[in-house]
Amino acid sequence: MHEGLNHWTFVIAAYVLGVGGTALLCAWSWIAMRRAEARRDRSREK
Amino acid sequence: MPLLPARGRGAASLTGSDESKKISMHGFANPTRFLRLARLLTAPLLVAGIILAGLSLGWGLLGAPAERLQGDSVRILFVHVPAAWLGMGGWSAIAIASLTELVWRHPLAGIGARAAALPGAFFALLCLITGSLWGRPAWGAWWVWDGRLTSMLVLFFLYCSYLALADAAARDGDGTSRVPAIFGLVGAVNIPVIHYSVLWWNSLHQPPSITLGKSEMAPEFLWGLLAATIGFSLIFGGIVLARMRTILADAQAEARLRRRAMEAHDA
Repeated sequence: MHEGLNHWTFVIAAYVLGVGGTALLCAWSWIAMRRAEARRDRSREK
Repeated sequence: MPLLPARGRGAASLTGSDESKKISMHGFANPTRFLRLARLLTAPLLVAGIILAGLSLGWGLLGAPAERLQGDSVRILFVHVPAAWLGMGGWSAIAIASLTELVWRHPLAGIGARAAALPGAFFALLCLITGSLWGRPAWGAWWVWDGRLTSMLVLFFLYCSYLALADAAARDGDGTSRVPAIFGLVGAVNIPVIHYSVLWWNSLHQPPSITLGKSEMAPEFLWGLLAATIGFSLIFGGIVLARMRTILADAQAEARLRRRAMEAHDA
């Protein structure tokens, strides 16, 4: 332990980045997949 | 723009179920069969991963005790270790897929490698950032240029280069993914360097606490860590499948539009 740092600041920052980043990546991948599949289905109908 | 070129016997087009049925190829390379399986697995993998990772991170944050020497900063373990595992695992997947593509010319292997690169890069970066956040209270330094940290940073740069190469190969339209595949294979040299760096060189980073069949970790950390690692791995699998479906759907739509344009031109 150094300089009497509050460890919770570092813990919360790590969890926010981990959870937030993973959630964003999941959501982005899912939305991109749905859009691409909708585009493919539309190209079938034309 | 063909995603992958037909390269001799066994090569396959990925531009649609009708086309793919006409071309001989090994069974698992059939995009229709793959898509059926991927549609079945994508959402369950993501949901199961989110639940398991969420529970284990909740345990890490609120349930696990503070460690005797490192205090509360040890809770970063539950994010940092799965991120490190998936950063390295992602490149191992790229290397295996690249080998499969180069040797057996499996048409889905290059797509799998491309799909694994972005989540792999994300987890490598997450590992570096959470390691830095852990290092400050534990070591008194945000960063040290030792073997483990430097080789992990090299892995992140390798991911960035792979993403640029794979993107250029897909965009330029020559269809070949041989260059990214070779790069993916050569870059795998860095994986054992990362793993053994703490044994080969002096490092502030601790040596592995878990080896095959042996753990020096207290059970209250070990089980939570295993659950977090499995949870994040399921999420990683779900993201890779979603990205593979995206690449395939884009290629199929592109091929249809191209075919229609050619038919209209001929008429």
